[in-house]
Amino acid sequence: MEKVIEFIIRVCGISAVIFVFAIFGFVFWEGRELLISGEFNFWKFLFTKEWYPASESNPRFGVLALIAGTASVTVLAMAIAVPFGLGAAIYISEFCGSRLREALKVIIELLAAIPSVVWGFIGLTIMNELIMKLFGAPIGLTVLNGAIILALMSVPIIVSISEDALKAVPDSYREAAIGLGVTRWQMVYKVLLPSAKNGLLAAVLLGIGRAVGETMAVLMATGHAVHIPFDGTPPFFHPLDSVRTLTATIAAELGETARGSEHYQVLFVVGILLFSITFAVNLTADLVVKGIRDK
Amino acid sequence: MSEKAESLCVTIRDFSLWYGDFQALQNVSLDIRDGIITSLIGPSGCGKTTLLRSLNRVNERYGNVTTSGDIHILGKNILDADVSLPELRKSVGIVFQRPNPLPISIYENIVFGLRIHSERRALGKSQLDEAVETALREVRLWDDLKDKLKERATSLQLEQQQKLCIARLLPLKPKVILMDEPCSALDVDGTRAVEELMAGMAGEYTILIVTHNMAQARRVSQECIFMLLGEIVEHDRTEQIFISPKNQKTIEYIEGRYG
Ligand SMILES: Nc1ncnc2c1ncn2[C@@H]1O[C@H](COP(=O)(O)OP(=O)(O)OP(=O)(O)O)[C@@H](O)[C@H]1O
Ligand SMILES: [Mg+2]
Repeated sequence: MEKVIEFIIRVCGISAVIFVFAIFGFVFWEGRELLISGEFNFWKFLFTKEWYPASESNPRFGVLALIAGTASVTVLAMAIAVPFGLGAAIYISEFCGSRLREALKVIIELLAAIPSVVWGFIGLTIMNELIMKLFGAPIGLTVLNGAIILALMSVPIIVSISEDALKAVPDSYREAAIGLGVTRWQMVYKVLLPSAKNGLLAAVLLGIGRAVGETMAVLMATGHAVHIPFDGTPPFFHPLDSVRTLTATIAAELGETARGSEHYQVLFVVGILLFSITFAVNLTADLVVKGIRDK
Repeated sequence: MSEKAESLCVTIRDFSLWYGDFQALQNVSLDIRDGIITSLIGPSGCGKTTLLRSLNRVNERYGNVTTSGDIHILGKNILDADVSLPELRKSVGIVFQRPNPLPISIYENIVFGLRIHSERRALGKSQLDEAVETALREVRLWDDLKDKLKERATSLQLEQQQKLCIARLLPLKPKVILMDEPCSALDVDGTRAVEELMAGMAGEYTILIVTHNMAQARRVSQECIFMLLGEIVEHDRTEQIFISPKNQKTIEYIEGRYG
């Protein structure tokens, strides 16, 4: 009996690993013909911006604009979410009373429970109008819109992991600093942030992972235009442009392609690219978190 | 009378303290003389730590604390609403039960107090270096540590850590130093070293030490306070307390009948 249970538990543990490899294998397999055929130019794939996958006469598969879309939305989202998330975590763990703390944690968990399509819906309607009104933009489905939505979606992750990191700072450090007469603000930047920095960095990285991988909400909120929101004229970055992300492209196009066609396979290569990005981000986060434990 | 008042450092009048509904200190009144070591003894849970921490108000970090009464330190009521806590803690330093250096270098631990209490521009490197050397010499760590000031303070031996925790108070020139069982995490040698250090510091600083170890109270302190259930039972010269205590409860405690 003991043996059986042990076996089952082991299978459960191993299956997680198997699934990850299986998924990677599947994605790779579906894109394999294109990848190994001499025609596919990886360089051109990454660094050209013409994405005309369905063109009859001259299909072109350059994902530069899609990468720029993902990058711009993610970076702007983090610019919003990181200060808010860290601020909220510091407030929750250090400054508020225990009752308010519990209330805020529940609210933030609720935020995490909102399905992404609902966020997308908010982006499509409320945010869309708001951005048109506030900025006089012709359309509100933009980098800014997607970034705000993504920021709201990644704040819960950032807050909860940062809060854990702050909680892990030994109380004796706080007492030492209080005993020497730190103000609250000095406590935060002289003791808490340096002591918890690895955990906070991990929180930010996981937030980035969340933002890069998010699909439905950005698909609905960013306007779905293959376009690079950067150019040579100031301010160089145009948050009121519409863009399209890597994830949104796969979600929108995969259903319309014939299985095994070139377009279909390219989308899987895009999947591999995405997988590699999020894998790298999460791995870094993991290593950073490990770094905390070893100290 | 006026002569006596001059030599007092801390005067506590009718001080009571509650954690929520629980009264941990009851109408404490005390006069603590300037420049000597006073020990605070009593059974576990009688409020020694609470009283000690009230003197620089580090207790207030537990949000549920309320107080009544007066505590005057160097002529100022530290419970007044307009008292600056950083300033108070600068002149009333505290050493904790477990050594708790910050996880930064030895050097940075010692200048931490200076850094948080001064403008960045006001501190020159030579001034900081000098403060570090003076403080480490005063706690007799300079010869051991002068070549590894950049190392992490948390990697030192416990005894050195505790001495460092005393040293980091000194650049702020405190008047009073509170010590909560400073030797309870140390071995015999460490305890002796810290006691010698305290003896050397008395005079310049007014030291208040909580201890469970009655032999230690006898060795280091000139005056001794015995507490029970949040009240002061007896406060006298140390030899008086140990040789001919006045209160029956003190006698019982010293004879080891409880605690
Ligand atoms: N933060 C707190 N919240 C509520 N009650 C507390 C708190 N700190 C201490 N107490 C209570 O107050 C009383 C006095 O505690 P205190 O720590 O001052 O005792 P002590 O004399 O230092 O004991 P010990 O010798 O064990 O260190 C105890 O009954 C304790 O349970
Ligand atoms: Mg105690």
